[in-house]
Amino acid sequence: MTQQNRLTSGGRIDRSTPLTFTYNGKQYKGFKGDTLASAMLANGIDVVARSFKYSRPRGIVACGAEEPNAVLQLGATEATQVPNVRATQQELFDGLVSASTNGWPSVDTDVMGMIGKMGGNMMPPGFYYKTFMFPESLWDTYESMIRKAAGIGRAPKEKDPDTYDAINQHCDVMIVGAGPAGLAAALTAARGGARVIIADEQNEFGGSLLNSTEQLDGKPATEWVRAVVEELSTYDDVLLLPRSTVNGYHDHNFLTIHERRTDHLADIAPVNTVRQRMHRVRAKWVVLATGAHERPLVYANNDVPGCMITGAVSAYINRYGVVPGNELVVMTTNDYGYQAALDWADAGRKVVAIVDTREAAVGDRTEAARQRGLNIISGSAVIEVQGTKRVTGVSVAGLSASGAKVIGSVTKLKADTVATSGGWSPVIHLSCHTGSRPVWSDSVVGFLPGPTVQKQLTAGGINGQYETAVALQEGLDAGQKALAEVGLAVADVVLPEAKTLKVAAPMSLFHIPHLKPTSQAPKQFVDYQTDVTAAGIEIACREGFEAIEHVKRYTAMGFGTDQGKLGNINGMAVAAKALNKTIPETGTTVFRPNYTPIAFGAIIGRNAGALFEPERYTAMHKWHVEQGAMFEDVGQWKRPWYYPQKGESMQQSLNRECMAVRNAVGILDASTLGKIDVQGKDAREFLGRVYSNAWAKLAIGKCRYGLMCGEDGMVFDDGVTACLGENHFVMTTTTGGAAHVYEWLEIYHQTEWPELEVYFNTVTDHWSTATITGPNSRKLLEELTDFDVSNDNFRYMDWKQITVAGVPARVFRISFTGELSFEINVQANYGMAVWEKLIEAGAKYGLTPYGTETMHVLRAEKGFIIAGQDTDGSVHPYDLGMGWCVSNQKPFSYIGKRGMNRSDCTRANRKQLVGLKTKDPKQVIPEGSAAVLDPNGPKPLEIQGHISSSYWSETLGHSIAMGFIKGGLDKMGETVYYPLGDGTVIEAEICSPIFFDPKGERQNV
Amino acid sequence: MLHIYCPHCGEYREEEEFHCAGQAHIARPLEPEACSDQEWGEYLFFRKNPRGLHHELWVHAAGCRKFFNMTRDTQSYEIKEVYKIGEQPSVVAE
Ligand SMILES: [Zn+2]
Repeated sequence: MTQQNRLTSGGRIDRSTPLTFTYNGKQYKGFKGDTLASAMLANGIDVVARSFKYSRPRGIVACGAEEPNAVLQLGATEATQVPNVRATQQELFDGLVSASTNGWPSVDTDVMGMIGKMGGNMMPPGFYYKTFMFPESLWDTYESMIRKAAGIGRAPKEKDPDTYDAINQHCDVMIVGAGPAGLAAALTAARGGARVIIADEQNEFGGSLLNSTEQLDGKPATEWVRAVVEELSTYDDVLLLPRSTVNGYHDHNFLTIHERRTDHLADIAPVNTVRQRMHRVRAKWVVLATGAHERPLVYANNDVPGCMITGAVSAYINRYGVVPGNELVVMTTNDYGYQAALDWADAGRKVVAIVDTREAAVGDRTEAARQRGLNIISGSAVIEVQGTKRVTGVSVAGLSASGAKVIGSVTKLKADTVATSGGWSPVIHLSCHTGSRPVWSDSVVGFLPGPTVQKQLTAGGINGQYETAVALQEGLDAGQKALAEVGLAVADVVLPEAKTLKVAAPMSLFHIPHLKPTSQAPKQFVDYQTDVTAAGIEIACREGFEAIEHVKRYTAMGFGTDQGKLGNINGMAVAAKALNKTIPETGTTVFRPNYTPIAFGAIIGRNAGALFEPERYTAMHKWHVEQGAMFEDVGQWKRPWYYPQKGESMQQSLNRECMAVRNAVGILDASTLGKIDVQGKDAREFLGRVYSNAWAKLAIGKCRYGLMCGEDGMVFDDGVTACLGENHFVMTTTTGGAAHVYEWLEIYHQTEWPELEVYFNTVTDHWSTATITGPNSRKLLEELTDFDVSNDNFRYMDWKQITVAGVPARVFRISFTGELSFEINVQANYGMAVWEKLIEAGAKYGLTPYGTETMHVLRAEKGFIIAGQDTDGSVHPYDLGMGWCVSNQKPFSYIGKRGMNRSDCTRANRKQLVGLKTKDPKQVIPEGSAAVLDPNGPKPLEIQGHISSSYWSETLGHSIAMGFIKGGLDKMGETVYYPLGDGTVIEAEICSPIFFDPKGERQNV
Repeated sequence: MLHIYCPHCGEYREEEEFHCAGQAHIARPLEPEACSDQEWGEYLFFRKNPRGLHHELWVHAAGCRKFFNMTRDTQSYEIKEVYKIGEQPSVVAE
């Protein structure tokens, strides 16, 4: 393949290093220094996409982040697929594989294109809402059709092989953009001794200077760039970040920078390198030197490949040595558009005409074109383009002075490239990210950064200052201001001399009129990526959408991955005209992070896979793994769920574990329960205020169960607290509720009752807890301690400081299974050793490890609640039938007391926790099932409550359930029905939730 | 992401270390039993949602674990001041 559009010399490419790349399965050549886009243009590739809605062929329009069409899929393998890559920002490397994403079967012969052409008139703005919203049940079908037709890029199906990471940075001055303004600011700040970070999205610093033939101090401007970069590199406190897009400007001068470290080298990052890095910067001051994006003009068929913006044409010629066509027509509203024609002529190709919408404009650039003998057609416009897959010609006509109407006759010119300039839009995106509203400037013909509370300065193109000399001066001024603000002295900087050109006033014109009214003219595109036309915006306005935010949502303008960088202002201008308002009256445009799309890998950094979420293990975790336990996630904890033996189903495991506890002895790792150490002379008083029951008389050596309620009276946690000393307690919480309870105690102590002398400390991880439970548990404990653990010496609800397996232990005689139980707490370091001793000694007693599921079954047989499963924030202690756990004798109005005495909490017929026994003992009611009184009654059936816990009880030989029933405590023996999703109905009898050993004799032996 | 000065630690730390615990200066009634249901409901559920200056309760959760108050502009996210529990704000809405 030849590079037919490549110049033989010039540009910043290295012709001695040819590179091979693939586009849609075909191989092409480019050079080191190319972007994918410049290499495609060098090879004469016209069509790079099919449009979203109408499936029209699209070509490359721009040369940077604002490119709307050349958004490609990259990746040589499935694992390295990257969607939404702008070819204009992707540096070429050898072996690069790219593909267009829209168009089926290909962008050149596209089936949807035919449909799009036929259906064009049937796809008005809002067509998604109008066409696809109903019936809702078909949305999934529609969505996949739209995706396939629209060709949005796809994520890889395999694991990303690359590594990404994040780095936190701090600096005095963060400079965004390394064009003339940014470099001048950086040089100033660096010389003044500030800590500086300067980032630019391009592969090398220089910004607009890289794209032009401009001179500074009588030498090519890039020489000045090189000297500045060299000097900046010598400072220890200056960080230079090329290939780094500042994607977000967040509150309090926090910025996120997306650095692409190896995307320019290969499909996959070289060994031991990080592909992309997210810099999280906290800057004292920020200088935005982000430049400006050129606006294309809106005219009929302005999306035919070959239609570009003038700045991009100059950039491809000057920077990449590529002339993207043979015969150029320029249409411009300003002097800058002339530069493309001058560069085109310098490259030796034909300039057909410069069509200037202004009647008479005299500036240095217009005169240069005139002196070159270029054909300038004033007071006119390109009203229409001919061609489908490439421009073949243009129609030029005279314009009225305001630009509102076509006057005079139409002349047809032959051309293959149309470059337009409607002026420049300052890149204010970052300034908008923190909520600052931009301000319209009539003289700039664009939005400028608005007032901000951030410590932010701006310089150059972002201020609508497009002359290099002014940009340099503004950069220097920003640098000096930043130095002063951070307390450093003025720096000594002399700027290079830039030639200041005379510039004639630009014309404020966005939408070129046609002979026909907009609604009947060929399509005039405003937003290429979402296929929004001027006619579409007019329809939206006619249909009553007046606010630009609504117009945008209705038409989808600006909703593509380019966020409407090229089209938004033009769209606002069209809407303003349709609404007979000015642009600022129509509204402002708001941008949000991220400036350009970011790979998920860069966002998540190292926090992927095993590091995605911290996992907490108990000291005995390794043993559980070795026993083949299945695990359950409880908060961040990994808890053994059950321990299947060979060939066992889950239910068989549970049955075996349950029966072992009831008949012999079981062992549970209970280390994950939250444990909070409470000390201080007012600790007891404090407990009385945060628990619903009484604590005044709990003796040293005793334990007590407590319910914790919110101020609304609703239960949110429970657990056992032991009295270790007169002023010393240890509280246990649910595994998942520990952090919340801990903060709950602190907030009440610090904000409501600071006068109480009490201290809290989390000791969850300090202790390992092995619970042995079952009739044989005492015999087992006796084997490992010299202490007298008989029922006479170690009573139910006592705790003892004893030695177990040679290790000091706090042993609590409390029970969550209803069986004789001992909870053995030892320092976590000893947890595994004591556990193993218990296992060893327990063999002869039938000791069986059990997990959380068996624990749930056993406690449900006893009617014990699990906070969070049998509570949902809407039940108070009385609803749970736990009035015994409420003390109304306490002098202090504890948390929850007032709440649970609200009129709604004391009314009749509240949902109350009861047991439910199915008529068919084998049926287990699904948790969450709703109860009704008459399943055959008139619909909708009135729901009486729901099932919160439900299991098969091997102990009892029938299913058991706990659930809520309106007025349930007064309805013992009555029947309720649970209609299931499959149409069947389960009948159940309301009963006490205590199914097993209702007198509690087994735990008390 | 906010940059927050903890008045207990005496330095600026990242927002990641803090939790907001809602509106500040919501005092628990000294005699809950004396409150009507409506008064209790207002204490429990009713909060301001101003556009502009707001006094908030924050906790340095991953730091010193201490609560403190913050006067913050809910529109610009500027933090006007931080002050300890029991103190009154010096910056207040007009
Ligand atoms: Zn702190």
